[in-house]
Amino acid sequence: MYVAVKGGAAAIESSWRLLETQRRGDTGIAALSVAQIREQLSLAVDRVMSEGSLYDPELAALAIKQASGDLMEAIFLLRAYRTTLPRLGYAVPLDTARIALVRRISAAFKEVPGGQLLGPTYDYTQRLLDFALLAEGESTGASPVAMNMPPAGLDATPTVPSERTVAPETPCATVPRINDLLAREGLLETPQPFDAAPPGDLTRDPLMFPADRALRLQALARGDEGWLLAMGYSTQRGYANSHPFAGEIRRGFVSIELVPDELGFTVDIGDLEVTECQMINQFNGSREAPPQFTQGYGLAFGGAERKTMAMALVDRSLRADELGEPRVAPAQDEEFVLSHADNVEASGFVQHLKLPHYVDFQAELELVRKLRAAHAELIKEAA
Amino acid sequence: MMDTHYNFAFLDERTKKRIRRALLKAVAVPGYQVPFGSREMPFAYGWGTGGVQITASLIGLSDVLKVIDQGADDTTNAVNIRRFFARTTGVTTTEKTREATLIQTRHRIPEMPLTESQILVYQVPMPEPMSRLEPSRRETIKMHALSEYGLMHVRLYEDIAQLGAISRAYDYPVMVNERYLMSPSPIPKFDNPKMHMNPALQLFGAGREKRLYAIPPYTQVRSLDFEDHPFEVQRWDHACALCGASESYLDEMIVDDAGSRLFVCSDSDYCEERRDAGHVGTQQAVTLHDALATPPEAVTPNEQEAA
Repeated sequence: MYVAVKGGAAAIESSWRLLETQRRGDTGIAALSVAQIREQLSLAVDRVMSEGSLYDPELAALAIKQASGDLMEAIFLLRAYRTTLPRLGYAVPLDTARIALVRRISAAFKEVPGGQLLGPTYDYTQRLLDFALLAEGESTGASPVAMNMPPAGLDATPTVPSERTVAPETPCATVPRINDLLAREGLLETPQPFDAAPPGDLTRDPLMFPADRALRLQALARGDEGWLLAMGYSTQRGYANSHPFAGEIRRGFVSIELVPDELGFTVDIGDLEVTECQMINQFNGSREAPPQFTQGYGLAFGGAERKTMAMALVDRSLRADELGEPRVAPAQDEEFVLSHADNVEASGFVQHLKLPHYVDFQAELELVRKLRAAHAELIKEAA
Repeated sequence: MMDTHYNFAFLDERTKKRIRRALLKAVAVPGYQVPFGSREMPFAYGWGTGGVQITASLIGLSDVLKVIDQGADDTTNAVNIRRFFARTTGVTTTEKTREATLIQTRHRIPEMPLTESQILVYQVPMPEPMSRLEPSRRETIKMHALSEYGLMHVRLYEDIAQLGAISRAYDYPVMVNERYLMSPSPIPKFDNPKMHMNPALQLFGAGREKRLYAIPPYTQVRSLDFEDHPFEVQRWDHACALCGASESYLDEMIVDDAGSRLFVCSDSDYCEERRDAGHVGTQQAVTLHDALATPPEAVTPNEQEAA
């Protein structure tokens, strides 16, 4: 006689054990510490913090460790933790002009006030595997990777910034944003909030369409890097013309400040490392507005240049309605872009197909069988 | 044993309160999708986060919780969710439909009639019944506001014109209180009639899509149909092989290499209760035939299914 399958609970417990074995790998090899991940896989940590919407390098590193390096899983872990935290209030808007720079470049101007600072970047490394690292040693420093500088003979292009030798160590030195300089001359629009209402919070309220720009930027900031990259890329390939220039990309530490209700003055509660990208886009003007440049904006935690550049492209393309441009491409469709940008949502729903669907499948089976039987009747009648 | 690292039922009290407020609105406007501030849960989206948030915001110490997936209490996802609540609330859990005060379900409504003292919480993947016809929520919100459901009727009509039958076997659209078109979640249409005038409160949660909706007790729920093509539910040529029930929804299992099928109740508690009461099925697997491969009159009892 048939006995219905039991044992979901036992199977889950075994699965936990196997998962732990998989995570740990060969026990003959030393375990990774959370501190090692935080320090040595810092760009992974930065991505997990950005898309996990929680600035906590230690917990992000823990999540990466727990997820065996699966960054989307790590992002999910961090989000599930974040949801239990109370929200204290809104910080004062970050002033990214007051910044302890790690890196700053402009592709629009050769010289900019405050100077350009190449900083750490993979851009001018030759992508050669550094076998010194494979030998478990420190990098010899002889490779372009290790020296972090353009190798001799590389063709200089106008976008290669001049390298500054002295990094500004002074925290909160004021480095004016290039956009502000352009705006002063009227060459660049300065978008203003449409109303004085405080920005919404999409972690508390569902995203409804049409969304305002503040909400759109929130959704993009926690959106999947790969999705934004593909969407941004599509605008460069003719699906919505954006003609972008990387006006400025800066990475560094900025102060986060809060005005507690009971105090009534600003309190510095710590520093955040962020990457900010200001894209400048051509705009031919309309009947109401004179020709001027428009902007797209990207901001993310830590070192996140690819993400913020893509974000800025997508932010700009999503402003189509506001700027009176025809909406013709996917990257201009706010609902399409934002509804599918969250990888925790996307990954969950795609993978839920693993769950049993046999009740629904049975319903389909019954239907197809019935339709086939009806079809057979039809053939018989015709014969 | 309750895990004290988290608040009772994981969510903080303010979040629960917000969800309950959204639920009150949902109950006041039956079938209307209420947007709510869905939180990330320690479950993946698409795995029941909406239902889990409703259950978390309603559950109290005196509740008795039952969780089913595909009608059964022992499917892995049901086990996982039940354990989550056992761990974060310490409440009693049960597999018996009649003992439960709160039942969270995915894809089924229990066979046993529910009572006024029970709440049924559905996990919903796609709350918008017209999502496959009109992907933009901006548009569908307008269509609901205007009761503009022609699109759906045309779709069902086209099915009949092309196939001779409506091709929706599950997630079959319903009208609630003759006002809002509603997705019943992917329950088989077999279960649709159970929603109509049900004494229990029925709540629906879609976590990823951030919508809640409700059918209050004793509310009219009508499955869409046409006068000349009335709504009908699935029927089987077989009874449950274990308990002999002929009125329940059946799961089909392939039990040998020849493809023999065993039909058993999808509702494991219902089946067990019937067996305890002395009902016995045939205990036999059956052979199915391809209606198109062999002329029906030429079939001999031992012939195996082609293909």
